[in-house]
Amino acid sequence: MENEPVVQVTGLVKRYGAKTAVNGLDLVVAAGAVTAVLGPNGAGKTTTIETCEGYRRPDAGTVRVLGLDPVADAERLRPRVGVMLQSGGVYSGARADEMLRHMAKLHAHPLDVDTLIERLGLGDCGRTAYRRLSGGQQQRLSLAMAVVGRPELVFLDEPTAGLDPQARRSTWDLVRELHADGVSVVLTTHFMDEAETLADDVAIIDAGRVVAQGSPERLCRGGAENTLRFTGRPGLDLGSLLKALPDGCGAAEPLPGTYRITGSVDPQLLATVTSWCAQHGVMPEGISVERHTLEDVFLELTGKQLTGKELRA
Amino acid sequence: MSAGTYTPRPGAAPLPRMIAAQTALETRMLLRNGEQLLLTVIIPTLLLVLFSAVDIVDTGSGASVDFLAPGILALAVMSTAFTGQAIATGFERRYGVLKRLGASPLPRWALMTAKTLSVLVTEVLQIVLLTAIAFALGWSPGGNPLSVLLLLVLGTAAFSGLGLLMAGTLKAEATLAAANLVFLLLLVGGGVIVPLEKFPDAVQSVLGLLPVSALSEGLRDVLQHGASMPWAQAGILAVWAVLGLGAAAKFFRWE
Repeated sequence: MENEPVVQVTGLVKRYGAKTAVNGLDLVVAAGAVTAVLGPNGAGKTTTIETCEGYRRPDAGTVRVLGLDPVADAERLRPRVGVMLQSGGVYSGARADEMLRHMAKLHAHPLDVDTLIERLGLGDCGRTAYRRLSGGQQQRLSLAMAVVGRPELVFLDEPTAGLDPQARRSTWDLVRELHADGVSVVLTTHFMDEAETLADDVAIIDAGRVVAQGSPERLCRGGAENTLRFTGRPGLDLGSLLKALPDGCGAAEPLPGTYRITGSVDPQLLATVTSWCAQHGVMPEGISVERHTLEDVFLELTGKQLTGKELRA
Repeated sequence: MSAGTYTPRPGAAPLPRMIAAQTALETRMLLRNGEQLLLTVIIPTLLLVLFSAVDIVDTGSGASVDFLAPGILALAVMSTAFTGQAIATGFERRYGVLKRLGASPLPRWALMTAKTLSVLVTEVLQIVLLTAIAFALGWSPGGNPLSVLLLLVLGTAAFSGLGLLMAGTLKAEATLAAANLVFLLLLVGGGVIVPLEKFPDAVQSVLGLLPVSALSEGLRDVLQHGASMPWAQAGILAVWAVLGLGAAAKFFRWE
């Protein structure tokens, strides 16, 4: 049971009228993992998640969550799954603590509401009605509502959209704590750094399909080569340097005294470069290794830039 | 929070506890909302006091409060079960409250049960208040209390069906406007404060088929004239209830 996937989506198709939102999507989510569903707006992230939550009926394909059908077995599934909607979900006149206490009452063994309120920094919302809370406070309340029932699996739809950097990190910390305590987490995001930082597993969605899935490390390794840069005396003998490097590497001096090595950058390569410099009496300065980011991978796979890049923490 | 805080321990609360919690929350939301209180408490109270004290409308023989009180009770039921419920549910739908609750352990039917209970709790509060005021104004009701209860229940069912139909199909803003307009029109044309006899015969027979007319006329037959059970009015309300609840069940959209 432990190793059975918590979510298994096979050949999911969902259309709204003439528009196909999800087009033959396959997704497997491992138990106990943090899985990020990454994609630009309109890629089908929310439709996929909402199908898993039982809100949408697939036009084709199958969806299993904790081994159950989200529509047919909804009643059995709902207590076990926590849901954070992209927006809304709270009575406009309700106070944050009131709504959270209410959600807690619908569960058999809820978390302590006061502790959770403090944990998410909602204590200062006091007697303010939901409609008067800031966007960030509303987001955090929605997150609290998803976890208060002590679910096995949570679906978080864009949990940090619109949050300031501090609130984002606090949300990330909570996701890590959930993960540490064995809760499976599926989150959608269009923030690369969020997926890279939080996720054990990333599924990149574009135009209603998963175009790549794997750990951030594996996805990045699968992409283009990495880069090592350093500065030194101008006019070094690149031919000699290249001979010292393994096959398939490149070396260039784009600006006088600025050097760029491309290839599979690992500790061995770094050692080769520094020892070559030592042999040639060069003091390499400002050595930097640029790992390929998910952003690069995403761009290569989809030809698209993600939005929200400017919020990179 | 210490390690293990979030260790999964899922489970739904027992159904009676969920329904009780939901009913309490719905009722609190309703009583906290100023616009709702205006419709459900202030307007019926003002109409009752004003029209009993001042002879603006000719309400026929006898004390005017004996004519007005049953109509105001019908208005109170309409304001809560129809207008209030339509507006509140319409905005809950618009703000994703119904959607979010749909992912909670609370089943849909239990949510609707809680909504109904919340309407009934509010109606009891209204009826207690309005009855007390009417007694203070010299009201002397007669008739069988069980008939009154049956009419109130049928009226609540009829208005709830229509209110939910509106909330579940129209945009929240349209529901807000339409529910208030209907409230106003039925207040005037539904035999609440203006006797139906004041209208031309042809209009009268149509107006008599409206749920609020059936409820106010039925309540008046019992409370003012001591009739045992006005079956015609009860029948009209039952038909509205079946049509309204049936249509709501069929066409209601949660999102």
